[in-house]
Amino acid sequence: MFYREAGQFKTSYKADQALFPILQDRIGMAVILIIAFVVIPAFANDFFLTSIMIPFLVFALAAIGLNILTGYCGQLSLGTGAFMGVGAYAAYKLTSIFPDANVIVMVLVSGVFSAAIGAVFGLPSLRIKGLYLAVTTLAAQFFLEWCFIRIPWLYNYNASGAIEVPRREMFGFIVTGAEALPITRYFVVLCITAGIAYLMANVLRGRIGRSWMMIRDMDIAAELMGVRPLRTKLMAFAVSSYICGVAGAMMVFFWLNAAEPSSYSIRLSFQILFMVILGGLGSLGGAFMGAAFIWILPVLLKFVPGLLGIDIAAETVEHATFMIVGALIIFFLIAEPHGFARLWQIAKQKLRVWPFPY
Amino acid sequence: MLYDIFIDPFVQMYDMPDFFLQVLWEGFVAGILYALIALGFVLIFKASGVFNFAQGIMVVFAALTLVGFHENGVPAYMALVLTVFVMGILAYGVERIVMRPLVNQPEIILLMATIGLTYFLVGFGEFVFGGEPKQMITEELGLPTGSTAFEIGERGLIILQHIDIAAAVIAVIMVTALGIFFNKTRIGRALRAVADDHQAALSVGISLNQIWAIVWFAAGLVALATGIMWGARSDVSFALEIVAFKALPVLILGGFTSIPGAIVGGLIIGFGEKIGELYWGGLVGGGVESWLAYIIALVFLLFRPQGLFGERIIERI
Repeated sequence: MFYREAGQFKTSYKADQALFPILQDRIGMAVILIIAFVVIPAFANDFFLTSIMIPFLVFALAAIGLNILTGYCGQLSLGTGAFMGVGAYAAYKLTSIFPDANVIVMVLVSGVFSAAIGAVFGLPSLRIKGLYLAVTTLAAQFFLEWCFIRIPWLYNYNASGAIEVPRREMFGFIVTGAEALPITRYFVVLCITAGIAYLMANVLRGRIGRSWMMIRDMDIAAELMGVRPLRTKLMAFAVSSYICGVAGAMMVFFWLNAAEPSSYSIRLSFQILFMVILGGLGSLGGAFMGAAFIWILPVLLKFVPGLLGIDIAAETVEHATFMIVGALIIFFLIAEPHGFARLWQIAKQKLRVWPFPY
Repeated sequence: MLYDIFIDPFVQMYDMPDFFLQVLWEGFVAGILYALIALGFVLIFKASGVFNFAQGIMVVFAALTLVGFHENGVPAYMALVLTVFVMGILAYGVERIVMRPLVNQPEIILLMATIGLTYFLVGFGEFVFGGEPKQMITEELGLPTGSTAFEIGERGLIILQHIDIAAAVIAVIMVTALGIFFNKTRIGRALRAVADDHQAALSVGISLNQIWAIVWFAAGLVALATGIMWGARSDVSFALEIVAFKALPVLILGGFTSIPGAIVGGLIIGFGEKIGELYWGGLVGGGVESWLAYIIALVFLLFRPQGLFGERIIERI
């Protein structure tokens, strides 16, 4: 009743193939965009922006990147953290080599380096499948992490071994560096994430996205039907690593201001993987929901007991977060293997037939 | 440069044979311990097709439980028995709560479930036992400590830690015991039947649930032994978790389904890692131990995608 496509007739192919062919979807999307671009900047304080919204958007982008590889192309990867690190270090080197260039362009270009490295580590995927592939991506994770520590050129021979983001201005606004306002950073992160998400939504429903899904569902059958596994898999690795690289660069440039090799450890890879699983494999909206859940849950766990007047030590919160996330992953895999995205679908179906049960 | 890579390390090996032997011994011990962790993986993978990512954390959890009981005044051997009991409960719980509802799911889902289990156990372990490193109760358990030095020739000397020798002996005993268990006992045969074909095993009256609980318990015991050995070499803490990642290249080398493969793979990785680190690591700035194992495994995989001893992968539509 509330969500029904009956009576919405399309009179042109263009309307039929629109990204959101149903009116209610368009309204919903418009509301989300208005909230993101107008309501949140107008009402949110700095704390909300820097500790919730910016990390949420960065992680959502990384989750989209991993989702393309794991959810759409079916190649399990445990090296997301390292690919994000490649993006961060590449962006750092680029800004120090070209100090006058536009920093946002540099962040977007840094993904290219990440894509190249991702494609190299994707090469074994042609011979190695499934669980074995997960281990080869672990090789990428540990090898790249080692590079971040042992190659001083990557961090400009700093004594600390960490990369620090320089101050850069754009159109009179300070965009990066410690003095940049949270609101400016928020808008930059929001625009990049929304732009890439929009682009990917279109790529995924086109020829390229469909060939990825064919490889995921059955690679031999896909090969027989004329999908080239080499090109398709490597493209998935490259696109996924590009997005992860941009997310990694944004993570240090617009959120953390400084990063160490340990920021891009295997823990980060798992965190992103959980976002993808809980959100729903093979769903862009799921990547956002998963990122929101995994990032906001610990924050909530930290503050809710305080509001209720119960005093809980910081470590207990951390342990409880681990236990809850672990238990929820198992619960979701058993109860709803398609994650939040599937729950959202069920909700839409309920709205469609309301007030009848089915 | 070429001299440094191709000639100098071998000259060093020849010039200082005692150091080389010491390195080999270190590699051997590390390899045995990797093999023990990989053994836990193989047991579960063979019986249920589950790639048990949580094996590493089970090692830490078992060791922490043992030390935790002892800290609360339980005598060492009593603590050992209680820990075995706890691992039994864990095995039953995992089978009942995690594995049974997920039967017949694709293997990637099962892998992710064990990653979830890993997170749960990390949180639970830290919640109960605290995050700080603990000392393993080596002496109380009657394991040897100290070391013996052997002189080789006129100038050489190698040092063997007693605990390492004990680890090697225990590993051999465990592998033999598991071999006998798998081949000679009724339950062992049932385990192999389940590994071959779930449905056929069910149809001849083998209870899958029971077998899985047993196999997780066996993996828990292997984890306990591994935990004691690793804990005796360094502190018992969640840093041991990283060791579990080392077991993955071992598995790849040996194949997921082969017990001898786990041992051979463990030894190759152990030797390769130590020799690579000490003779070639310096050329690239050291610390290559963190990834060398993966690269070795990756190179092997490119030539033999099913591992050294794995069953041949046949794909059909």
